[in-house]
Amino acid sequence: MHYLDHAATTPVLPEVKDAMLPFLEDDFGNPSSVHAAGRRAKQGVEDARDRIANAVDAHPAEIVFTGGGTDADNLALKGSAYKLRGNGNHIVTTAFEHHGVLGPLEWLGSQGFDVTTIQVGSSGVVDPGEIAGATGKATVLVSVMTVNNEIGTIQPIAEIVQAVKQANPNSLVHTDAVQALGNIPVNLHAWGVDLAAFAAHKVGGPKGVGALFVRSGVALESVTHGGGQERGLRSGTLNVPGIAGFGVAAEIAAKEVDEKQDRLRTMRARLLEGIKDSIPDVVVNGDLERRVAGNLNVCIPHAEGQIMLLLLDQAGIACSSGSACASGAMDPSHVLLAIGVAKALARGSLRFSLGRASTDEDVEAVLAVLPDVVAQARRVAA
Amino acid sequence: MSARKAVVAMSGGVDSSVAAATLVEAGYEVTGIMLKLWKGEAANTDSGCCNVGAAEDARRVADTLGIPFYVLNLAERFEETVIKDFHQSYASGRTPNPCVRCNQWIKFDALFDRAMALGADILATGHYARVEHREGLFRMLRGHDVRKDQSYVLWMMSQHQLARTAFPVGEHDKAETRRIARELGLRTAAKPDSQEICFVKSGDFDAYVDDHMAAATRPGPIVDQDGRLLGEHRGIGRYTVGQRKGLGISLGVPVYVTGLDADANVVVVGSRDHLAVSELSLEEVSFIGETPGSGSRVLVQHRAHGEAAAASFHPRGPGLAQLIYNDPVEAVAPGQSAALYEASAPEELIGGGIISATAAAAAVA
Repeated sequence: MHYLDHAATTPVLPEVKDAMLPFLEDDFGNPSSVHAAGRRAKQGVEDARDRIANAVDAHPAEIVFTGGGTDADNLALKGSAYKLRGNGNHIVTTAFEHHGVLGPLEWLGSQGFDVTTIQVGSSGVVDPGEIAGATGKATVLVSVMTVNNEIGTIQPIAEIVQAVKQANPNSLVHTDAVQALGNIPVNLHAWGVDLAAFAAHKVGGPKGVGALFVRSGVALESVTHGGGQERGLRSGTLNVPGIAGFGVAAEIAAKEVDEKQDRLRTMRARLLEGIKDSIPDVVVNGDLERRVAGNLNVCIPHAEGQIMLLLLDQAGIACSSGSACASGAMDPSHVLLAIGVAKALARGSLRFSLGRASTDEDVEAVLAVLPDVVAQARRVAA
Repeated sequence: MSARKAVVAMSGGVDSSVAAATLVEAGYEVTGIMLKLWKGEAANTDSGCCNVGAAEDARRVADTLGIPFYVLNLAERFEETVIKDFHQSYASGRTPNPCVRCNQWIKFDALFDRAMALGADILATGHYARVEHREGLFRMLRGHDVRKDQSYVLWMMSQHQLARTAFPVGEHDKAETRRIARELGLRTAAKPDSQEICFVKSGDFDAYVDDHMAAATRPGPIVDQDGRLLGEHRGIGRYTVGQRKGLGISLGVPVYVTGLDADANVVVVGSRDHLAVSELSLEEVSFIGETPGSGSRVLVQHRAHGEAAAASFHPRGPGLAQLIYNDPVEAVAPGQSAALYEASAPEELIGGGIISATAAAAAVA
């Protein structure tokens, strides 16, 4: 199989697996326990917290472990909205956020919060001025993703934070940075964000583990009450093996990011060039330069993405199109519609996302079958 | 030689599960495909097929059979065709059959095209019907299990489609289908049959009309055969020809809806005698094989599980025809499908059309 779907998930790195195994075997203790087994588990968690903090330019005390990226987003958004509702009920976000952000914000909307959704232009890059323009006295929270999961575009987070704080110094800024780690250098303190969500499985870690960065001094309500783990913000016995794996994965991701970007950029250029050769009317979605190196999101006119996806799967190639709904069907991409891609064209989208293990052979395999795949898909009447 | 490829339309029910299993057993390289036909909320309810729970069932059956499984999103197409036709039909006083339209525009068109594009040699479904190749033509026969026979909703199929279509459970009766499913350990073996219109939540048609067909909820007069006002109706979309219940009229004798005049927004009622119909006008007429000659004897079925009645067939221009019944039949509504079966071989479906008008027996006599 040629795997070009790293934005969906990544294979667990061998080093990560090795780091997890002790906690599935001898060091199985509960990190909340007092005894030696508990202490060893606790040490594994705290080592991981150090590694992750180091990888994202944060203090270890600012890292809260969660059950994944969506879990971290929920804590960030609901936790801050409820904490700050004495200050106001206004929240600002963008139309092309991940469902992990749109979902909780929609729910907050139903709970009396007023959510302003900023449209994004065809570049797929948010204008900080527009975000600031929507930020007012009653704004308690702004949420803008660092890297879009579908089109890979990188948002000017530091500028957005600056602009928001100028408009309202009391408003918090959250960023869903799930697609940023390992794809661009992550410098949370330099960016100035208050909250940032991460997921282990996007960077060679296991699924079901994430983290929320909560800047020192920022207070949140908990949304998961119980035993008071993670300083009361996220109760529940910690997923020690997962966290240990996440620590190593984050460390490797940060260490290799520059080299990886260079390598993937070259591969992506070859992929795009090859696609253009055989399908001259291909359309690239979003700004090609201001995006992570491994992402290529295109629309192929007069071809259905879901059919191309199946044909590619039959040919042993894994990529994606739109976003999968609960039944597993491909729904039209809200991201592409948000950046103004026409509905008919948006149906023909394909996302290739290269990652650490991607090779030139993967790219050539796509280029070898894509012309036939497109020709087959185009046999289907619109 | 590589195996022949089949796409099986899987609904998460027992029939399509066994259809897939049968083709796997027969050596086909099978791909299971489920259709997502509704947008948003309805897709998460548990009515009929095409919801998340059904997708999980179908996916687990596919896992058991070791075949790839996908869900294709045809929600937009479904809305633009089947749902739109459903609403327009009710608003114009017709009684549509959305299953016929779904087969016509979704399963054996949109899905058929996609299955072929995916490299399939055949598309298979869990319908109870049979295909036979005889004297150079593909013929469609009623399902072996007469109580489950679904040939009625397949009258629009063509030679081109039948050449590439399989109905693997058409040879079985329902009990056999369930037995096969049990023997194969398929989790759908005991699932109840779906009955109602898949996109109408829990069969609450009145609520559906309120939510989706505002145009057909305008109150208006109920009149008798002579135009005398008898009462007020609650919107033309809530009535169908032959309906007796819910009219809110008591005349001491049973009263039935005999006609719906959408332009005047009038519901016409009468006695049971007034339900008798002696002729049908058809549109969208098509035949599976050869078109019968004028005056041919045919058997006409106008309901999914109704009796077929003898009639003569008279073409009336492209796609149009008239049927004259030997003996009058009751409660035939415009918008319904008339499926035509061969008079000399009552098992064989030969084609059909959509009923555009009926002539009352009384008026003809």
